[in-house]
Amino acid sequence: MGNKRKDDADEGAKEGSKKRKVAPSMIKNKVKRSIVYAKLKHEKKVEKRKKAKAREVAEKRALELGEEPPARKIPRTIENTREFDETVCKPDDDELFVGIDADEFSPLFKREYTSKILITTSRFHSTRGPAFIAELLSVIPNAHFYKRGTYELKKIVEYARNKDFTSIIVVHTNRREPDALVIIGLPDGPTAHFKLSRLVLRKDIKKHGNPTTHYPELVLNNFTTRLGHRIGRMIASLFPQDPNFVGRRVVTFHNQRDFIFFRHHRYIFETKEIKESSSKTKTEKDEKSSSKSKTVKDKKSSQENVIVRLQECGPRFTLKLISLQHGTFDTKGGEYEWVHKPEMDTSRRRFFL
Amino acid sequence: MQHDEVIWQVIRHRHCSFMAKTTSQNFCRNEYNVTGLCNRSSCPLANSRYATIREHEGILYLYMKSIERAHMPNKLWERVKLPRNYEKALEIIDKHLQYWPKFLVHKNKQRLTKMTQYLIRRRKLALKVREKILTMPTKQKKREARREAKAEIAAVLDRAIEKELLERLKSGTYGDIYNFPVEQYEKAVGKIEVAGEEEDEEEEPEVEFVEDPELEEEEEDMEDFSGFAKDDAYMSDDHGVMDEEPTDDGKRSKRLRANSKLDERKLEADGGKASLKKKAREHVEVEYEDGADKDKAFQ
Repeated sequence: MGNKRKDDADEGAKEGSKKRKVAPSMIKNKVKRSIVYAKLKHEKKVEKRKKAKAREVAEKRALELGEEPPARKIPRTIENTREFDETVCKPDDDELFVGIDADEFSPLFKREYTSKILITTSRFHSTRGPAFIAELLSVIPNAHFYKRGTYELKKIVEYARNKDFTSIIVVHTNRREPDALVIIGLPDGPTAHFKLSRLVLRKDIKKHGNPTTHYPELVLNNFTTRLGHRIGRMIASLFPQDPNFVGRRVVTFHNQRDFIFFRHHRYIFETKEIKESSSKTKTEKDEKSSSKSKTVKDKKSSQENVIVRLQECGPRFTLKLISLQHGTFDTKGGEYEWVHKPEMDTSRRRFFL
Repeated sequence: MQHDEVIWQVIRHRHCSFMAKTTSQNFCRNEYNVTGLCNRSSCPLANSRYATIREHEGILYLYMKSIERAHMPNKLWERVKLPRNYEKALEIIDKHLQYWPKFLVHKNKQRLTKMTQYLIRRRKLALKVREKILTMPTKQKKREARREAKAEIAAVLDRAIEKELLERLKSGTYGDIYNFPVEQYEKAVGKIEVAGEEEDEEEEPEVEFVEDPELEEEEEDMEDFSGFAKDDAYMSDDHGVMDEEPTDDGKRSKRLRANSKLDERKLEADGGKASLKKKAREHVEVEYEDGADKDKAFQ
């Protein structure tokens, strides 16, 4: 039987190869072309179904024999087929850590001084701008809003440096909608320019909570490359380094495909009864109760009992890095560490953070 | 042959390509015109003797023409550079137009004033910082919005945050916060029956086996463990809770806890103050974040 099937398959392959010489798109007659194409499609479908069936059978057999089922295949995603980037940091990258220790933020992280943020706007702003800034003020502790007036940004940088601010955030507004964020590290930290999109304010979030004034803790996810680490540290430098864990407030900057998603939550740890739905755990439990022996599985299940409940509060928005500049804001003479260019967009599997 | 009157007649009554007619007034588009108006005295074509001021790349020049050069159009205009200084420029105009009609002298001086003012204003504006307006191609915008939406779906943010928080809880970033009531209660009452923050019911069967010396890694508390000593301490605490023998076991657990604290201090190598302990732990928290990132990178 198996032999016969194999033969059939071989023949099919032969036929396929014969036909494949003439790609369906090369056939000029539409009727013939569609017939050939339909046939090809059908073959593929049959093949797929066959594979699925074989997998199912193998799984079933493994279950009956009590063996380990064959490993499930991992679907291909953009994340795991990401283009290779040699700047992705390894945990044993000493050079990186030395570099990090010498960067502009290290005195802040060593707590030689605390963070103090100046928030201002572009020259014109209205409607959602002030509302957004009000929420930013509630998110970032020790942040102060200053009216922009007609001051140049360089003057503001100088002023903030004299007043011992550690960062400046400039919210840019276009067509009555905040659309960019400039973050300047002080006294000589880098300047990052972000595109801001998908801004949802607190009042537009359903069942939102109101944040307390505790210092929030920070979650920085997926900042992998050198540039990513730098941006991550820059963002971390906006917040105080000693979070009040009692406040149960968490601010998240999650990087996914170079988009940095900002979220702000309150959370609580809770215990939850696990439903013994899956037969596996049930058998495990029975075994445990009968033999009164402690197993690793059991321990795991008890750990799973702790869950986190989240309540979103504060704004929700997305950042995308446009440029990173060495030194403070200076568009003319400044030295850029990284600038996003259109030719970087040629592959959707290439990421920089 | 230069006949001013004939030229003016043609210009006025036939056609002049420099003339711009409006309802109230006629203007002149000729660049050599001093006033910009179309009339007999300020027409640069119909006057064989004429003077004007023109600006070339920020420098002012006094232009003069005379009838003697009327037959050589390429040498028609005599040009004198005017200094930047307004008063000196006025002097030079006076000097060059000494015997010229008073109308031309006056109009040239007026024009000099106007032009120096606009030059000053231009320099000022050039120094001023201006926002640069950039284009944002719609195509790019749409593409980014699309990719952003997909990235947000792929991120599964809530789950990622929950995972991260649980990991922190397990690694003991939160320190005593979530187990604090247990200890406090025990210390105060020296009694049993404590509603632990988490997984009481699950612990009960396990607690019976805590004293088994081989199973040290069974520690389940949400406490950060900095060594085996501490683990021991907590195990004995649990033991005390379960066995309902407060006197003996309570003492033992206290002793063990003291030991564990000592160990902790040794491990942290900070010594001395209790406040330092907290600080050190928070420092660990920051480092840990980096570590988590690195782990992810490694994967």
